[in-house]
Amino acid sequence: MKFIEITKKTNIDFIGLRNKAFVLSLALVLLGLFSFIMIVVGKANESVDFTGGTQLQVKFEDQVAIGDLRKVLTDGGIGDVQIQQVSGTKEFFIKTKLSDTEKEKIQDKLSALLSKEFQGKKFQILGSNMVGSTVGKTLKRNAAIAVIVSMLCIIVYIAWRFTFIFGVAATIATFHDVLALLGVFYILNMEMNILFITALLTIAGYSLTDTVVVFDRIRENMPKMKSKTDFGDTINRSINEVLSRTLITSLTTLLAIGAILFLGGQVLFDFSFALFIGVLIGTYSSIFVASPIIYVWKKKLR
Amino acid sequence: MLKSIKLRAFFIVLFLVISVIYCLPNIIEPTGAWKKYLPSDKIHLGLDLKGGMHLLLELDTTKMLENMVNRKFDALKDSMIRDGIRFLGLDKKENSLFIIIRAEQKDKLYNLIGKEFSDMKAGTTKVDGENLTIEFLLSEKELSNIKENAVHQALETIRNRIDQFGVSEPVIVRQGENQILVQLPGIKDPQRALELIGRTAQLEFKLVDEENAVRYTGGIPPEGDEVLTMKTKNKETGISTTTQILLKKQSLLTGELLTDARVKIGGEFGGESYVAIEFNSEGARLFDKVTAENVGKRIAIILDNTVYSAPVVKERISGGKASISGSFTMDEAKDLAIVLRAGALPAPVKVVQNITIGPSLGQDSIRKGVQAAILGAILVVAFMFFYYRYSGIVANIALFLNLLYLLGAFTALKATMTLPGIAGIILTMGMGVDSNVLIFERIREELRLGKTVRAAVEGGYEKAWVTIFDSHITTLITTFILFIFGTGPIKGFAVTLSIGVIVNLFTAVLGSKTIFDWILGKYKPRSLSI
Repeated sequence: MKFIEITKKTNIDFIGLRNKAFVLSLALVLLGLFSFIMIVVGKANESVDFTGGTQLQVKFEDQVAIGDLRKVLTDGGIGDVQIQQVSGTKEFFIKTKLSDTEKEKIQDKLSALLSKEFQGKKFQILGSNMVGSTVGKTLKRNAAIAVIVSMLCIIVYIAWRFTFIFGVAATIATFHDVLALLGVFYILNMEMNILFITALLTIAGYSLTDTVVVFDRIRENMPKMKSKTDFGDTINRSINEVLSRTLITSLTTLLAIGAILFLGGQVLFDFSFALFIGVLIGTYSSIFVASPIIYVWKKKLR
Repeated sequence: MLKSIKLRAFFIVLFLVISVIYCLPNIIEPTGAWKKYLPSDKIHLGLDLKGGMHLLLELDTTKMLENMVNRKFDALKDSMIRDGIRFLGLDKKENSLFIIIRAEQKDKLYNLIGKEFSDMKAGTTKVDGENLTIEFLLSEKELSNIKENAVHQALETIRNRIDQFGVSEPVIVRQGENQILVQLPGIKDPQRALELIGRTAQLEFKLVDEENAVRYTGGIPPEGDEVLTMKTKNKETGISTTTQILLKKQSLLTGELLTDARVKIGGEFGGESYVAIEFNSEGARLFDKVTAENVGKRIAIILDNTVYSAPVVKERISGGKASISGSFTMDEAKDLAIVLRAGALPAPVKVVQNITIGPSLGQDSIRKGVQAAILGAILVVAFMFFYYRYSGIVANIALFLNLLYLLGAFTALKATMTLPGIAGIILTMGMGVDSNVLIFERIREELRLGKTVRAAVEGGYEKAWVTIFDSHITTLITTFILFIFGTGPIKGFAVTLSIGVIVNLFTAVLGSKTIFDWILGKYKPRSLSI
């Protein structure tokens, strides 16, 4: 019987590569922690969902496409806009992170920009108002509680199905991925909005699934171990055995996300980018982080 | 596990039919006789995908300050009488009080103000012979504090009400100094939503002044009394009438002391729905005292200056439970319970803007996103066919079943679809593909070991099942907790994902396996296209 195969039978020494992987992961996690602190002190690129900003109401006399309007505003330096059209009219609500400063008023800036870019189209700014953030303090706190509690429950479940060490390792790998993604977004100065939070959660779920699959194979192979010393070999064998599955799943997921990344347009770009990077990191961590942690830990115990 | 292929196929088809029926209204509008039997709910789309009701509310802070000054006025009057400070006149303005006293009482008054009214500041003093007219102003800081707190409290209250009303994914944001922006997706009854949000919900209990009511025939009410409108509905005809009712001005009890309010049906009110309320310990104590003192008298239950009912107190009521009846419809009673539970607005609100707006993502982005998602799905399906050949088709059928079940369950549960929800679907689909990949890779391993096709399929499913179970349960745990603690978009994500995980588990066990079993049983192939 012949199969189309993405990888032939492999025999890679993943455990042998652990120190290199740990250096990379440590760097990613530290970067993530740094970004997290920056978010807490408000130095990160948080979107209008978190910071609040200015809401402007503009009325055009001629029809203007919402896509053109978005492009003009973004190119003109009024970044991070949410545009909503009032149904059945030529009126728009524009929400931006910017707020009035002593030097310039947002309303004037918008006005100048629109008259330059939409020459011949008459418009009127009906109002400008400061708005608060959509993501309140309670929402942030609840999200944090949810993450911590669910991680504790995951540890308990995996500890019950596997062992305690596996549970902790899975949780560390998941946090590793979330932090790494946070770090990448911070370094690239990409905007963190509600969709980004969802992306983080999605990646946490994806990464966890990936990790559990590898763990499951290790559990299956452990009784076949001849002596306690070849635990590293067992891990290596297990990862190699599920490697084709890991790669195929990542590939199909990346295909789906890639389509949205390249064709989904500007608004969905950051979101799909986060998912794309997240899948890569999640795949990496289930191979190079989760299982090697167990190996190192078990070795310490002996 | 179920052995009979027919029985499994029956369940698969049964769920398929149910899902299709629930999905149907999203595609065609049922007409005629069908309308009665088919569900009519479409998938609710969130603000980001569909837009919705956009309300701009303005908090009437002047009214609130007026109430504030009134309260200070009463409190200061009481304190001065208590401390024996004789005053010749007391008056109030927008945000200040004027007190006329004898000069020798000045120190005593300042002492009182400093001790009990530290948020007031002495302003100008006018001397008129022996008499002084002193103005006490509410301090600037206090004023802005009050306004600030009022807006925050109003935000919280409105958020509570909308949450309990059951609108998922609302946007509730502060705008400007005293405005609140509310956006609600997919509201079916905008008028009801508007009334629910805009109601001040100031609940009060006041004594009916029966002694003076006999003599009172209209005009200015007697000192210490007020006239309010009472709504009554005739039980037989259902027609509402309003009557005037004379009440003692002073509140016996207010809604702040409530801990709970729920709709109940029946009991002493026949088949009517009524609202059962519960007080906290302080409220219970007060209610006990009030009812004990007023047995045989009528106590009016007032919400936003309208009397809902004025029952006679038959006996002292301990335990802090009471009920409000008023011949409500079920919806009215429900809304009343919501506003009572969520608490009162600190000041009345007025609706400044009420329009329908488009999606926050923009129509253009949604169109592009949908196109891209379809292309992504095609790529995945094509890859599965290319890589696993005919087995890939089986996986794709399972995937399609997955999607239909998910959408059916989603519509049936009346969940709200948003972009985070779609992310949840992508993850579920990913996990669905993953389940099949896990199974197929296992089957391949078994085949490599030289097992027969049937044994390989059985072994592959059995071994993969453990993994699939563990990975799905861990995800389910996470989504469950996200659902409990999450709000807004996070909750939407959790809902989709948890439905998806359960559907996935079902199709992973029954979906593709049944198709395999059927083919293996019918054609007994020597090799497997996988």
